[in-house]
Amino acid sequence: MNITLRLAWRNLWRQPRRTWLTIGAMVFSNALLVFMISLQFGMYDLMIDNTLQAFTGHIQVQAPGYKDDLKMRQVVPAVNALASDIRRETGLDRVAVRSAAFALVSSEDRSYGVQVFGADPQHEAQVSSLPGLVRDGRFPTDANAQEIVIGAVLARNLRVSVGDELTLLGSGRDGSFAAAVATISGIFDSGIADLDRNIAEVPLGFFNDVFYMEDAGHAIVVVTPNLDDVEAYRSRIESLLPVGSNLVVHDWNALQPGLKQAIQADLSSAFFMYGVLVVLVAFSVMNTQLMSVLERTHEFGIVMSLGLTPGRLGRLVLLETVLMGLAGMLLGALVGGAITLWFSYNGFSYPGMDQLAANFNLPSRFYPQATLLTLFAGPAVVFIGSICSATYPALRLHWLHPVEAMRAV
Amino acid sequence: MSAVRCIDLCKTYRQGDQDIKALDHVSLEIAAKGFVCLSAPSGGGKTTLLNAIGGLDIPDSGEVWVAGQRIDQLSKGALASLRLQQIGFVFQAYNLIPVLSARENVEFVMQVQGVSKDGRREKSTAILKEVGLAGLEDRRPAEMSGGQQQRVAVARAIVSKPALVLADEPTANLDSKTSDELMELFVELNEHHGTTFVIATHDRRVMGYAKRLIKMLDGRIVDDINQRAA
Ligand SMILES: Nc1ncnc2c1ncn2[C@@H]1O[C@H](COP(=O)(O)OP(=O)(O)O)[C@@H](O)[C@H]1O
Ligand SMILES: [Mg+2]
Repeated sequence: MNITLRLAWRNLWRQPRRTWLTIGAMVFSNALLVFMISLQFGMYDLMIDNTLQAFTGHIQVQAPGYKDDLKMRQVVPAVNALASDIRRETGLDRVAVRSAAFALVSSEDRSYGVQVFGADPQHEAQVSSLPGLVRDGRFPTDANAQEIVIGAVLARNLRVSVGDELTLLGSGRDGSFAAAVATISGIFDSGIADLDRNIAEVPLGFFNDVFYMEDAGHAIVVVTPNLDDVEAYRSRIESLLPVGSNLVVHDWNALQPGLKQAIQADLSSAFFMYGVLVVLVAFSVMNTQLMSVLERTHEFGIVMSLGLTPGRLGRLVLLETVLMGLAGMLLGALVGGAITLWFSYNGFSYPGMDQLAANFNLPSRFYPQATLLTLFAGPAVVFIGSICSATYPALRLHWLHPVEAMRAV
Repeated sequence: MSAVRCIDLCKTYRQGDQDIKALDHVSLEIAAKGFVCLSAPSGGGKTTLLNAIGGLDIPDSGEVWVAGQRIDQLSKGALASLRLQQIGFVFQAYNLIPVLSARENVEFVMQVQGVSKDGRREKSTAILKEVGLAGLEDRRPAEMSGGQQQRVAVARAIVSKPALVLADEPTANLDSKTSDELMELFVELNEHHGTTFVIATHDRRVMGYAKRLIKMLDGRIVDDINQRAA
């Protein structure tokens, strides 16, 4: 082993208690970071998946501007042909056509304005969990059936149940008056308040008749196998759009901006806390190394008079910090990994988490997942912070004068 | 060419509202292969003079030449490398790095000097044997007597064959027998390798070994005796 390395290592064990305390602070914060970050990222993935799989999907093809105004006439022409193209060319089978209109939905007693979607019974279940969430009755199977599925809250508000009839009043794609009567075939309960209160679904063929859609639709909804693949599929689909068409391909982030914002807000408050933790550890390292440099003033004076430069001694101090930091990082990742592993089998929950969970239709117990990133991202930052904070004691050596240093006892 | 030449060195320290002339127009020339004792009572300016010669401290005025090179105007870095390559230092006490063994103390400086690993091993073994520490290579300073520690410090100072060794009261913490042994080692190295020794001391026993004895008082040279001739 290199002598400098040996020297650095032994210097650490001159004051074993102090060294262990410093390493202990690193291990504690690293373990905490590993666990928290593993938990957080596991939660975000679940949050994104659950939210998007309920209805939005990962990617949608729409007319430009449709996303923001939801105007009936902003359509995707020849929508079924394009959807088939996408299925064939990308190999994705989770592709469904959807159309939407605002309509006044009335029962015998009451009326509510809701968003009525035309959904393809054959494909809708592949891009949305709503068909699977029908608790009462069933999702329509015939594309032309005069049936409607509504959310549990809306059903309660309208005071209706499966088998009752609802009247739809709205305007068609061409602006004309559109009206129909549909039988409630099912009631879904997604747990997402927005969906359960404001949404109804009817078979696509029936929708096209009522709202004069002809061969057009409002969106092609696509679900990719993995969140990480979204961008690749998005650009692939973009290349499949008919020449001259001005259609746009949105990813989930454009479709559900609130989701990423919620995650970012949660992330930034969490990262603020992590930052405080890192700073505390960094100060404890700085304190340790300042003390250890101070104690060695005489010794440093001697070796400087032998011709060692302050820079070299500074590197020694940094090397000592690197050794402590590595120990803290490895032990911290180990302890944090072990804690994470335990909770990944037994689940974890804390007060206040259930609120966030409820908003995004998540379970109230979480199963953190340790990855290489969650194991080492936090500890790496603590490591870098420690090295940075040791540069101050290391740089101070440049002001050390050998003659004066040797006078110190 | 002389090993050391000092021309009209002055160094004044302020203590409170008093100016203390630690070096008061000191001029001095030491020939190569010299073996010189600087003797003065405590506070006489010995350490200040050695520090000036070794480039540890810059005098207020005057010139310092070591091995034909003027050094009082060199940068800190240049002075450090001069000390590393050409000057060996031995101090009074607490001279060694406590967590390194005798061998490692010697090798650490060689590593900084850029000596290869095999070269270090070979040289440290040889030099520790030469200073009479064969078999004690792996002891830490705390496991050695004061005399043995000083021998390690000497080994470290001379391992890269510097032209000049500066020793500041090297025997102050040693008993008389050990002091004699250390001085005999110095004499032997001086005769063997031609290393120039400048030893600051107020120990009469040490002065007896010197070929030349320079007496200082209050920062001035008051006597310069060639003891060989005498
Ligand atoms: N850094 C300093 N600050 C103030 N006075 C000093 C300093 N170094 C040395 N002196 C003074 O200079 C004089 C000579 O000191 P020094 O060279 O250490 O003498 P010696 O080594 O012969 O005992 C003494 O009076 C001492 O107090
Ligand atoms: Mg002195």
